[in-house]
Amino acid sequence: METEKKRSLTGNKAMSEAIRSEMERDENVFVLGEDIGEYGGIFGSTEGLIKQFGPERIMDTPISETGFIGAAIGAASEGMRPIAELMFVDFFGVTMDQIYNHMAKIPYMSGGNVKLPMVLMTAVGGGYNDAAQHSQTLYATFAHLPGMKVVAPTTPYDLKGMMISAIRDDNPVVFMFHKTLQGLGWMDQLDTSIGQVPEETYSVPLGKAKVIKEGTDVTIVGLQMTTHFGMHAVKELEENGINAELIDLRSIVPLDKETILRSVKKTGRLLIVDEDYKSFGISAEIAAIVAEEGLYDLEAPIKRLAIPDVPIPYSRPLEQYILPNAEKIVQAATELANE
Amino acid sequence: MAKKQPVDFEALMSSLEALYPMVQILDKDGNIVNEDIMPDLSDDQLVELMERMVWSRILHERSMALARQGRLGFYAPTAGQEASQLASHFAFEKKDWLYPGYRDIPQLIQHGLKVSQAFLWSRGHVEGNNYPEDLNAVPPQIIIGAQYIQAMGNAVGQKLNKSDAVTFTYTGDGGSSQGDVYEGMNFAGRYKAPIVFFIQNNGYAISTPREKQSAAKALAQKAAAAGIPGVQVDGMDPLAVYAVTKQARDWAAAGNGPVLIETITSRFGPHSTSGDDPTRYRSQESFDYWEQRDPLVRFRKFLTTKGLWTEEKEEEIIEKTMEEIKEAAKEADQAPKQKISNFLKSMFNEPGQNIQEQIAKYEAKESK
Ligand SMILES: Cc1ncc(C[n+]2csc(CCOP(=O)(O)OP(=O)(O)O)c2C)c(N)n1
Ligand SMILES: [Mg+2]
Repeated sequence: METEKKRSLTGNKAMSEAIRSEMERDENVFVLGEDIGEYGGIFGSTEGLIKQFGPERIMDTPISETGFIGAAIGAASEGMRPIAELMFVDFFGVTMDQIYNHMAKIPYMSGGNVKLPMVLMTAVGGGYNDAAQHSQTLYATFAHLPGMKVVAPTTPYDLKGMMISAIRDDNPVVFMFHKTLQGLGWMDQLDTSIGQVPEETYSVPLGKAKVIKEGTDVTIVGLQMTTHFGMHAVKELEENGINAELIDLRSIVPLDKETILRSVKKTGRLLIVDEDYKSFGISAEIAAIVAEEGLYDLEAPIKRLAIPDVPIPYSRPLEQYILPNAEKIVQAATELANE
Repeated sequence: MAKKQPVDFEALMSSLEALYPMVQILDKDGNIVNEDIMPDLSDDQLVELMERMVWSRILHERSMALARQGRLGFYAPTAGQEASQLASHFAFEKKDWLYPGYRDIPQLIQHGLKVSQAFLWSRGHVEGNNYPEDLNAVPPQIIIGAQYIQAMGNAVGQKLNKSDAVTFTYTGDGGSSQGDVYEGMNFAGRYKAPIVFFIQNNGYAISTPREKQSAAKALAQKAAAAGIPGVQVDGMDPLAVYAVTKQARDWAAAGNGPVLIETITSRFGPHSTSGDDPTRYRSQESFDYWEQRDPLVRFRKFLTTKGLWTEEKEEEIIEKTMEEIKEAAKEADQAPKQKISNFLKSMFNEPGQNIQEQIAKYEAKESK
């Protein structure tokens, strides 16, 4: 009997493979955005696709975010399944009207008659020295506005499976991928940015968190880079005798409350780690949910690690100083476990 | 019988094209091809313009080297664009306001920014954005197109203030597709604001070639919809760039409103120093074609023939510039270390409770 070969892919290759397989399956799927053709996307999400599908289905657009996101909305309302790439999430400012007044509201305002089966994929995050207007995650900015699913997978496996789900979803999905988890040669190399990805098509549901490691002493909730840091932190905590549970959110809207509440019930202690601004962010939302629905399960006040209310510094040491990391998680989780 | 069409679209389109011929004075071999429109520049001024262009090329080469050594952060190469950048800037006055893009560091320095500050900007040090009182400029824009509307606002303000200065701003061929660019021109046209808009058409927006930006044959024709003059100029020809810019500045300063200038130019190198390999999307022929049109080569030939330029003179400028850059890099190294607490303090005149707490937290950490 032939043994199945295990295959490792980087985050970007997992994404482009997902798009490729859906484009092969459904001719309504096409991609549009800046530098997605020959360049393969600044962060590699469309690598190699132009060769197979040509410029009609892999469209390098003018620099006009309002233009191509509006175009995706128009095409989606006619039954196409466009994937628009916003090069950096930070550029949403140029085109927010199309995103939140139209993409997020047309299905609702038409009483559900107009579906917008589109994906808005966008690169998020910092940690590689790219300054205030190119390093934000803005998870909560999008999640705050009703009408769109917002997902942020961490591993290559989930990047592929959730991209496939996002393309097949009949709702607009904002698909955030973290630049440093794409596994690109010119970035820092991280163990999490490469992982096993089956060759066949599979889907990972949107709206489900994943328990990466089970534990009993403290719950750590992260997503993307903070999950990556969490993976390293839980090992160290283990060595120090603290058995932490690590949850990878994967999806922000819909949020998997159940998995978080179940975990807090078990551990009684919650640390939320977010690479977004602290005020009014995901960490605040999760803390509020636990306060509303799981307060009596808590044995200590909730802790949050997130970015202070200041734009991301360009300077590498200062950026590293404000970003969450494994060491900060170990410290906070240890304090929490001992409270 | 086939009825006549109400409008002859083809004739309309080709008449449009004819409105935007590329203005040229110096051809690629340094010969004057358009004596009639030679700008009024003294020998000294011609030499000074050449000096600035040589200075800019050296600044570029040293910046590439410094970036490789990790002594600079973000850097957008400028080689090839010297005429487009320095000869346009040459037509403005110190009192005029500059709204640059990320590639327009040479103009910014010529306008009064210290080289060391330009380096600090590149490294993300806030001192790089701490402009001297007499420098009428804002830091380089990186969100494509945004500078056009802000520059327009500055010019509308100048008009309200009855200032006799003008505003000038730059974007690229890619940037010309952004809605902001049209909105800036339209608004400025409506108020006859004193501003000169530049589109430096260097053929590419990262990997995307110019043809993919617009069906417009000339990007300069975008001015027509805003009701303002648009001109296409040979951006490798310093004399043409200067002559057209000077005319546009005078026009704007006289209260006639804005002008759009498209310079046809080329970037010889990668888009930026962050990982771009231009051979992925650009052919060797394209590099060769444009290098034959190098603005330094043609201006050097022209000035040498006139007896205004020698190899020794050029060597002298190069030496001087290298020294200047070495000093500037050293000075930049000496900038004080930045602190998160200071960043937090600069967020608001009076920080609220939340930020005050964060300042205290970071000050405690920083003093450890
Ligand atoms: C709103 C916005 N969209 C996209 C980008 C990413 N981006 C940075 S430079 C660039 C290309 C700009 O090309 P062009 O305007 O021709 O200027 P050039 O770089 O050639 O000088 C792009 C797409 C950005 N910075 N801002
Ligand atoms: Mg360009």
